[in-house]
Amino acid sequence: MRKIVAKTGNEAMAEAMRQINPDVVAAYPITPATEIVQIFSNFVNNGQVDTIFVPTESEHSAISACVGASASGARVMTGTSSQGLALMHEILFVAGGLRLPIVICEVNRALSSPINIHCDHSDTMASRDAGWIQIFSENPQEAYDQTILAMKLSEDLFLPSMVTTDGFIISHAMQKLEMYDDKEVKDYLGEPKTPFNFLNLDDPITVGPLALQDYYMEIKVQQSKFINESKKKIINILQDFNKRMGRNYKVVEDYFMEDAEYAIVCLGSTAGTARYVVENLRKKGEKVGLLKIRFYRPFFDEQIMDILKNLKGCAVLDRSDMFASTGGHLFNDVKSALYASQKHPIIRDYIYGLGGRDIDIEDIEEVFKDIKEFSTNKNEEFVKYITVRE
Amino acid sequence: MASIKELASKGNLFAPGHRACAGCGGTIILRLVAAAAGENTVFIGATGCMEVASTIYPYSAWKVPFLHNAFENSAATASGVESAYRALKKKGKITKDINIIAFGGDGGTYDIGLQSLSGAMERGHKLLYICYDNGAYMNTGIQRSSATPFGANTTTSPAGSVIKGKTQQRKDLSEIMVAHNIPYVAQASLFYWNDLVEKVKKALKVDGPSFINILSPCPLGWGYDPSETIELSELAVATHFWNVYECENGKYKVNIKPKKEKPLEDFLFKQQRFKHLKNNPEILEQLRAFLKEKYENLLKKEEISAR
Ligand SMILES: Cc1ncc(C[n+]2csc(CCOP(=O)(O)OP(=O)(O)O)c2C)c(N)n1
Ligand code: SF4
Ligand SMILES: [Mg+2]
Repeated sequence: MRKIVAKTGNEAMAEAMRQINPDVVAAYPITPATEIVQIFSNFVNNGQVDTIFVPTESEHSAISACVGASASGARVMTGTSSQGLALMHEILFVAGGLRLPIVICEVNRALSSPINIHCDHSDTMASRDAGWIQIFSENPQEAYDQTILAMKLSEDLFLPSMVTTDGFIISHAMQKLEMYDDKEVKDYLGEPKTPFNFLNLDDPITVGPLALQDYYMEIKVQQSKFINESKKKIINILQDFNKRMGRNYKVVEDYFMEDAEYAIVCLGSTAGTARYVVENLRKKGEKVGLLKIRFYRPFFDEQIMDILKNLKGCAVLDRSDMFASTGGHLFNDVKSALYASQKHPIIRDYIYGLGGRDIDIEDIEEVFKDIKEFSTNKNEEFVKYITVRE
Repeated sequence: MASIKELASKGNLFAPGHRACAGCGGTIILRLVAAAAGENTVFIGATGCMEVASTIYPYSAWKVPFLHNAFENSAATASGVESAYRALKKKGKITKDINIIAFGGDGGTYDIGLQSLSGAMERGHKLLYICYDNGAYMNTGIQRSSATPFGANTTTSPAGSVIKGKTQQRKDLSEIMVAHNIPYVAQASLFYWNDLVEKVKKALKVDGPSFINILSPCPLGWGYDPSETIELSELAVATHFWNVYECENGKYKVNIKPKKEKPLEDFLFKQQRFKHLKNNPEILEQLRAFLKEKYENLLKKEEISAR
């Protein structure tokens, strides 16, 4: 039976992990993701899952153990955040290159220095090129759903996935959650699947070899091609998930975009606030809309272009900076996506909320005002920092 | 005890045709370890000469499953393999008993991989970790490691006119492993191949983590003729440069106590990396004193732990 409960983002992800029942979880604590594995180790020690829990001595070893376990045919998960994800960085590429279906519950948190435990997206963005699926969650329900979905995607596509929530804003905020029956999740996922099994003695294989100038390029182009093709498959798997579970998720989600003249593009929890502002402005007759990016990797550039191309002005909200003088990560991706269109709006980047700085309704209303003005009179820089103390 | 015939009868699980240098001690070690462990074994290797030389795509020297993840994490990776193995065995998806052997060079083990190794040993995974210690980062061109002997010339501790080779004594990794209170720790030499093979077998029977450190002569990095690998392996033990011993559940045993001890010079001056010590006797004496003390301490530990 399904049940309605109240859970934080971390609790929701831990519950999803319990229902997924991985063979191996290897993890290391870090705020604000610690709770996920704390709760999960209770599930392990109380016999609620069959999982072998490996409390490693670092995140580097956690993801390394995940690679070893996944290569051995096991269903594998971990959780981390910020410095932890940064410490995993090297091995994220190994997992991507070997196409191992590992799922990370990642809680978005700022990177040092200065050290800061609160939300921004710099950690997840820094690992966007590792060949992983990256999914952002707006609330605990999405975090829960998407953790289950990610396991499905990873095992069907043989791509690792990270599902992210916004540190504290979602990870520690309690909201209503509809949980599926344990059996529903079990039936949905079926038996674990991995692309190969290193422990199969009857078919001994060498995994992770050295490939030089004569083969490396082909191997990497295959990886890239597959990720390209995976976009269609992701859409199909998501549609199937919606049908089975009664959800209505899309890879990128448009609100009031049909006739919108101005719109905000954003990720994660900020979409909730932005949607509220859009609804209010619509009531006042303003033609505004919102595009929430659910899947950041792979990047659904065609869908995004289609939705945005007829706007007059497009405001991208970035909770991370590339420190390249060219704005944030999402801005650069959206801008590139729009290049393919004959017609495109004026686009401006609003970098906000670094290190957990609040963004509220007024800030977003202000963004709509600004993009309107900027679209007719763009005499300022394309990258604007907001929610900054003067 | 295994006979050479017996070992050779099963064919090479680590096959010829790899790209290591002629006379490479590391490949002899891997071949012996694989032969001792047998077919139901998987290997997890760290980046380094042995991994690079044995798995150049689309070829592989491994007739048993082999997994390479990265440089500093073969122990952590193996701990994941072992956890998967336990989980899948519990579920009945794996029925065979499988030996899990992780290995790394001295760089991948004493230095960059020490944390990962320590973690895996402390967590008690049932796996054997083999360090093939050739005393430097050979794969990247003979840079010093914490296993490089005192005084040795490497490309990052060159024998210059002012500073003459490495200025620190070797880290004693085997004793660090003993301090992890794991059931089995040993040092071996490929000259005493039978001892080495028995140690691998013993280690694989232990219910928990085990560690074997094996001196791995490297003609390129040490600067000697490839035909002398075995002779140098013997000399290293006969001069107490390398001690062959084990520590089983806290009890030490010095397996090889050379009857005819040889002067340290016999070992050192066969190698280019020590040739500058001929003109720097004070360095040589410091090395000699360090090695003497190590061996004497080992004998004391054997005596004390036998009580
Ligand atoms: C994180 C990281 N740093 C550096 C390297 C470069 N690297 C590859 S192998 C190696 C040295 C290996 O030395 P050792 O473990 O002693 O093995 P050997 O080559 O001597 O057999 C180094 C420095 C790497 N691959 N990864
Ligand atoms: S450099 Fe040394 S360790 Fe590396 S393959 Fe050659 S002999 Fe073996
Ligand atoms: Mg070495």
